[in-house]
Amino acid sequence: MSDTDLTRLTAARTAAVIAAGEASALDVTEAHLKRIRAVDGDVHAFLHVDADGARDAARRLDARRSAGEEMGPLAGVPIALKDLIATEGVPTTCGSRMLEGWLPPYDATVTRRLREAGLVILGKTNMDEFAMGSSTEHSAYGPTHNPWDLERIPGGSGGGSAAAVASFETPLAVGTDTGGSIRQPAAVTGTVGVKPTYGGVSRYGLVALASSLDQAGPCARTVLDAAMLHAVMAGHDPLDSTSIDAPVPAVVEAARAADVRGMRVGVVKQFSGEGYQSGVEQRFREAVSLLEELGATVVEVDCPAFDYAMPAYYLILPSECSSNLARFDGMRYGLRVGHDAAASAEEVMASTRDAGFGPEAKRRIMLGTYALSSGYYDAYYGQAQKVRTLIVRDFQAAFEQVDVLVSPTTPTTAFRLGERLEDPLQMYLADLCTIPSNLAGNASMSVPVGLAPEDGLPVGLQVIAPPTADERLYRVGAALEAALGDRWGHLLIDEAPELSLNTTEAAL
Amino acid sequence: MTVGAQVGPDLLPYDEAVAQFDPVIGLEVHVELGTVSKMFCGCATEFGAAPNSQVCPTCLGLPGSLPVLNRTAVESTIRVGLALGCDIAEWCRFARKNYFYPDMPKNFQTSQYDEPICLDGHLDVEVPTADGMRPVRVEIERVHMEEDTGKSLHVGGATGRIHGADYSLVDYNRAGIPLIEIVTRPVEGVGSLAPEVARVYVTALRELMRTLGVSDVRMEQGSLRCDANVSLRRLPTDPLGTRSETKNVNSLRSVERAVRYEITRQAALLSSGGRVVQETRHWHEDTGVTTPGRSKEQAEDYRYFPEPDLVPVAPDRAWVEELRAGLPAAPGTRRRELQETWGLSEFEMQSLVNAGAVELVEATVAAGAPQEAARKWWTGELSRNANAQGVDLTALPMTPEQVARVVALVDEGTLNDKLARQVIEGVLAGEGDPDEVVAKRGLAVVSDDGALIAAVDEALAAAPDVAEKIRGGKEAAAGAIVGAVMKATRGQADAGRVRELVLERCT
Repeated sequence: MSDTDLTRLTAARTAAVIAAGEASALDVTEAHLKRIRAVDGDVHAFLHVDADGARDAARRLDARRSAGEEMGPLAGVPIALKDLIATEGVPTTCGSRMLEGWLPPYDATVTRRLREAGLVILGKTNMDEFAMGSSTEHSAYGPTHNPWDLERIPGGSGGGSAAAVASFETPLAVGTDTGGSIRQPAAVTGTVGVKPTYGGVSRYGLVALASSLDQAGPCARTVLDAAMLHAVMAGHDPLDSTSIDAPVPAVVEAARAADVRGMRVGVVKQFSGEGYQSGVEQRFREAVSLLEELGATVVEVDCPAFDYAMPAYYLILPSECSSNLARFDGMRYGLRVGHDAAASAEEVMASTRDAGFGPEAKRRIMLGTYALSSGYYDAYYGQAQKVRTLIVRDFQAAFEQVDVLVSPTTPTTAFRLGERLEDPLQMYLADLCTIPSNLAGNASMSVPVGLAPEDGLPVGLQVIAPPTADERLYRVGAALEAALGDRWGHLLIDEAPELSLNTTEAAL
Repeated sequence: MTVGAQVGPDLLPYDEAVAQFDPVIGLEVHVELGTVSKMFCGCATEFGAAPNSQVCPTCLGLPGSLPVLNRTAVESTIRVGLALGCDIAEWCRFARKNYFYPDMPKNFQTSQYDEPICLDGHLDVEVPTADGMRPVRVEIERVHMEEDTGKSLHVGGATGRIHGADYSLVDYNRAGIPLIEIVTRPVEGVGSLAPEVARVYVTALRELMRTLGVSDVRMEQGSLRCDANVSLRRLPTDPLGTRSETKNVNSLRSVERAVRYEITRQAALLSSGGRVVQETRHWHEDTGVTTPGRSKEQAEDYRYFPEPDLVPVAPDRAWVEELRAGLPAAPGTRRRELQETWGLSEFEMQSLVNAGAVELVEATVAAGAPQEAARKWWTGELSRNANAQGVDLTALPMTPEQVARVVALVDEGTLNDKLARQVIEGVLAGEGDPDEVVAKRGLAVVSDDGALIAAVDEALAAAPDVAEKIRGGKEAAAGAIVGAVMKATRGQADAGRVRELVLERCT
């Protein structure tokens, strides 16, 4: 099988090819490393490619397989990790100067589970600094470009993971989603992204943005691939107190069933109208009709508190973030600035934080510090938590009527690089539809439903399920994917333009 | 007990101070729990380990690490709360206390804020006064859980404090060790007894922790730390005055001294028309004064909010009741029982309590020693040794069983008191069990009458005039001969027996 063929396979198919001996894990790894060399100069999805580590892991797997060892369902499949996931001895920068050169002395639980399942870690993907942003333009190491149009944003904060998957540099990636950072990049790159139920995947070893909102999840080109990765990543972890101590929902089975007959689907009334691109609304409505054709019943659902989700989110997130990011002070690891005999520890902390954090990180740290301060706590953080409760109640009421909710994942298709960089509020609007799920802790997915006619760019549909009912996402997502695939004769991602191959890039 | 009354230009004599003002105190006591592992990770908690050898990603606050609550720490805290008569919250949370300091790995401390696990208790203590013991009820506002910080060592400079130091080193072994903070309500109505109440309260609290077995409560190692709040007002009916909070009070004696000092300092300020600044002050054990730390009026805003990395703590009611049923007898109750059984006076019992020797004496009695002898050794020779080394009695390398053995050796005549002290010295020096020390040092009493008679005869011959007096009926003169014999046998004779022999030989 040619290298190109190997990079075009789904994760499920890649694992089958390796299991059948048609290619070795090392062949697959080399094919992807070659692809990264060829296209990542333009895309810039990766911050660090661990070519040697990946080859070593692939060789070990091949040796174990030839020794007759039984392998997991994704053994030998390459994967990329968002650069806030701790990888022992491999740089983990969080897209920030603050952690440039930091080598974690430990693996995140997710990293450990992936290694144990035999996935081959190719490297670390670009992101907005400490996961704050919707375009990956807030990375201290330069933006990632959308493979559909290199002049456009790949979404954020996990634009690197989505772009790596969309440009066939890797079949799988791990992202994290605090307000939409897996789903919004998936939507604008024509890929599949899932935010599992809060507590479904361990947060141990994920550098925290907002602890009560952060959740890691799969990025893939198909719903089944996402499900297979979800099954490997998820499950109880005694190292994370907020991890759910229950069996992982049967996501792979649900993705294989791809059946929505008899399901009740609610369209969220609040997520349409002003600010929504016409092509996005059009593709969304068509997909909802398709669900009806496939045997689901569709109703409109009113969730009035969702109108306050954005302001509540921008109080809770900065509050937690101001505290979580306090540890970056130059005392123990990472960047240290202004260290000389005359400087006090306090002065070194201040200089380090001034130099190490970018403008968006500083903005949110300031907002959160203010929102938590004495005399303002009740009016800001306290009030936001009340709104959060109202949003949970809206979801609870909705899920009494329907099995899942749907909406556009994001109001518009990918915007141009630089377009919203100077306007934080416009930037924040990209997460308007995804934020409520983080506030309520339930499960959500973005699945591609076509290209907007006016700009030819991908549109994503968001499916939302109640907490711990993640399998419903996969039933709906897989059914849509299959029906649309029948209609188009291929996956949406196969319509992405060919990237130019850069063969002069230095060997990795 | 009167502790050195410091009077200077800025101090009012204590008697005058308490004649003019009504002192009110409040005490915040931090106790390190003696759990095997830390509050939020599996690291060991052993005291004195090599710096930064008991650390992991979580207690170092590395990016991505998360806390997991230590169940034993929760259990110990609930037991302390129950022993103090507190209500145990059905549901409580941890909060983050945000401030920047190099010994705080995360730059926030995981603590409890407005939702502590134990509320509304009390501790009854008895304060010695000229008219006997006076009972005082100290009300407990709350007991909450938190994690300790690392320890900074400031190198260079004159003060050992951060200002003026050349550089600082941080040991994170202590970071994450479970702490509980026990906070009293303002203690009012004790007047001039306030310093004694403070000392007796901390002593009683320490004894309670020891009885519960939740901490080794060694103030000199920092496993029990006390902050003393003091305020003055003209009349007991006036509202509370502005308080100072004195930190670094590291011994029972300094608790009393620090409170007394603050009363005299604040009284001098107020009586000269000044005002007390609300501030943190630092106690100096060596000079016996407090100096200002950071002022609370420009205090940091800790921006507390609920800790999102931990789930709420909701202690199961059945578990709480199980813990309540398993509580040992309160030290007060147990003390009264022992006092009665042993037939001790208030004063004798109080001396035992003050020496921190109650449990040790009890164990020594259990090992077969009479209580009088057990008390004598623990409050005498052994307390002197502990004081000289600046450690608690429990820290001495001698067990109640070994003390009981020494007592037995004295009773059976193998040792006299002088030899027994040498045996104790040997045991403390690590020379082995009492029997081994006796053998190695050759300390047994000379009990062979033949050898003693020879020594007595020799002494009588050497002092014929004394011998004559004894023969003439002056038995008191025998002392000189006994002394000479004891000297000749290097103290290894039984003085009583020698005396009998002297009198026998002179008839």
